[in-house]
Amino acid sequence: MNKKYTSCSLLLCSLFLTVFLLSFSPVSAQTEQEIIDSVNTIVSQQLEKEKSPAPPTEVEAVDKPNDGGGAVLINWTISDDGADIKGYIISRSESEQGPFHDISESVQGSDSYTDNKAIQGVTYYYQVKSYKDILDLNNEIQRITSPTVSTGPVVSTAQWFNTDRAWCLFFVLIISAAIIIFIEKAKKGSSVYVRKIAGIDAVDEAVGRATEMGRKIFYIPGIQDMNDVQTIAGIAILGRVGQLAATYETWLEVPVSKSLVMVTARETLKEAYTQVGRPDSFQEAQVHYLTDDQFGYAAAIDGMVVREKPATIFYMGAFFAESLILAETGNAAGAIQIAGTAMPSQLPFFVASCDYTLIGEELFAASAYLSKEPRQLGSLKGQDVGKAIFMAAIILGVIFETFGIWNLSQIFLVK
Amino acid sequence: MRREIPLLITSIAGLVFAISYFIPHWPFGESESIFGDWITIVQSFAIWLGALNLLKVSFEKIYRKRKDSLYAGVIIFCLVATLIIGFYDGFSGLMQEPEVSFRAPGTHFDWVFVYIYTPLSSTMFAMLAFFVASASYRAFRARNFEATLLLIAAFFVMGGRVPLFDLPLLKLGISDVPYFSLFADWIMSYPLTGGMTAIMIGIALGIMSSSLRIILGIERSHVGGA
Repeated sequence: MNKKYTSCSLLLCSLFLTVFLLSFSPVSAQTEQEIIDSVNTIVSQQLEKEKSPAPPTEVEAVDKPNDGGGAVLINWTISDDGADIKGYIISRSESEQGPFHDISESVQGSDSYTDNKAIQGVTYYYQVKSYKDILDLNNEIQRITSPTVSTGPVVSTAQWFNTDRAWCLFFVLIISAAIIIFIEKAKKGSSVYVRKIAGIDAVDEAVGRATEMGRKIFYIPGIQDMNDVQTIAGIAILGRVGQLAATYETWLEVPVSKSLVMVTARETLKEAYTQVGRPDSFQEAQVHYLTDDQFGYAAAIDGMVVREKPATIFYMGAFFAESLILAETGNAAGAIQIAGTAMPSQLPFFVASCDYTLIGEELFAASAYLSKEPRQLGSLKGQDVGKAIFMAAIILGVIFETFGIWNLSQIFLVK
Repeated sequence: MRREIPLLITSIAGLVFAISYFIPHWPFGESESIFGDWITIVQSFAIWLGALNLLKVSFEKIYRKRKDSLYAGVIIFCLVATLIIGFYDGFSGLMQEPEVSFRAPGTHFDWVFVYIYTPLSSTMFAMLAFFVASASYRAFRARNFEATLLLIAAFFVMGGRVPLFDLPLLKLGISDVPYFSLFADWIMSYPLTGGMTAIMIGIALGIMSSSLRIILGIERSHVGGA
């Protein structure tokens, strides 16, 4: 603040001096202009000298850790007069002597910058300087920079292991090992107890109902493509439902919103019909494409449900805002509805509108549960080990955090 | 071989993706973007499969004179009309100097998008409001203990999210603190977040188990196996 007052005083004094000289001195117009210019120069020089911001300190450029190369992290400590500083200018050169080229401007208060355009293996030198904008005597914005601070050399390299994810890898390995151990145990004939899942047990009843009523079954595998694990889980369940539908000779229709899902669902269903000895009952038209558009898809299915009144509707996969539109229409049409999704925000809608809902992990367990294959059931048991680990970690974490003993929660932070 | 090769590809891709999460070094670090590009390319070509299937199914409905053949006609008309308009605008845009995209404001295709597609999508989305009301009515009936808890929680959350309950307190000067809003925030921040986190942990474990089954080739339904 003192600096500001000093500058203002200087400005006022110089202006006063100029006006005084112009008013009382018998000088020519050319001399007047010369006097004004010289005063302006003195004031500008003084302002610049006084206003020049403090440079950042402790500037350091390091190879960005835990990356695939091609990035350099530049850190600095914010300048002393940080509040007046508008930002920092970062320059780069491949030689210590330069020339340095500006590569970025960081905003006020920032104390680091990641240069993502560095080339792996090339040596770089960096310069950082702070800047601020002031109004000059002509009322124009003038940028004033601090002296530059250099750092380097630094070379960007690729790492072979992301150490930030070491704990994650540890838990992944433990849980994966548990799953594989239980799969092997199940293979050797060890009995596996799996709790009853009402939604999956109801599949038989739902297909049976459609058979008795002589109406269709609709199977909706969500609106995501085959690269979503929920869609894969949905298609896996479709195989089991397809076997039942083929056995009872009930028409199963699968309207899809993605072409790749259509192809996969068709293959799955064809195989399911073949396995129960009814390959001739399968028709390609059972699996058909509607549209990629979310609400267009919902509208098309709603129309089909209202017109054709299916006895049973399955919703298995990834759903978004269309979940309630579909499920409420199905409910109004009087269909028995079984839903399964791993989208937490859509679960309440399915719970409210459907007869049975597979909540989160149950969707992924459904295929194993329906197959009754020991190896698949064994994987569910391994999953329980993971749950036990997390439950223990939650309980210990609550106790430790409450008493401030150890920052256990940091282990579970995903970076 | 028809099933083994897809299974092998699935296993390799699954393993590479899992490894790339922990190893940022080339080629693992780049695999996600490389596979992502492949998926986009395959999806772009596959969309023709879907469009042709839609046309085939719709023409079949008309040919067999099924009862919903009228809708099939509408679908064919809309699909072909949009396609023609898009191509027309695309080609005429290419002839102009500078070039104009078929999606640029003022084109026929943009008109279709703004005045037909957008209102139709908005209408479907707006229907959610009515469906939420009907679903809430069923969900909040106090049939058992859990449903009663849900009803009570919903009562406070809905009342707290709008100044319905707090307004009389504040207006009558009974209290300066919006207790109902705070209680609604508490329900959303603690019981709800706790429950959601539990579901998320279960989902994560389920995905892990499912992925392992697929990578190990135990789960084969997605490639048409049992």
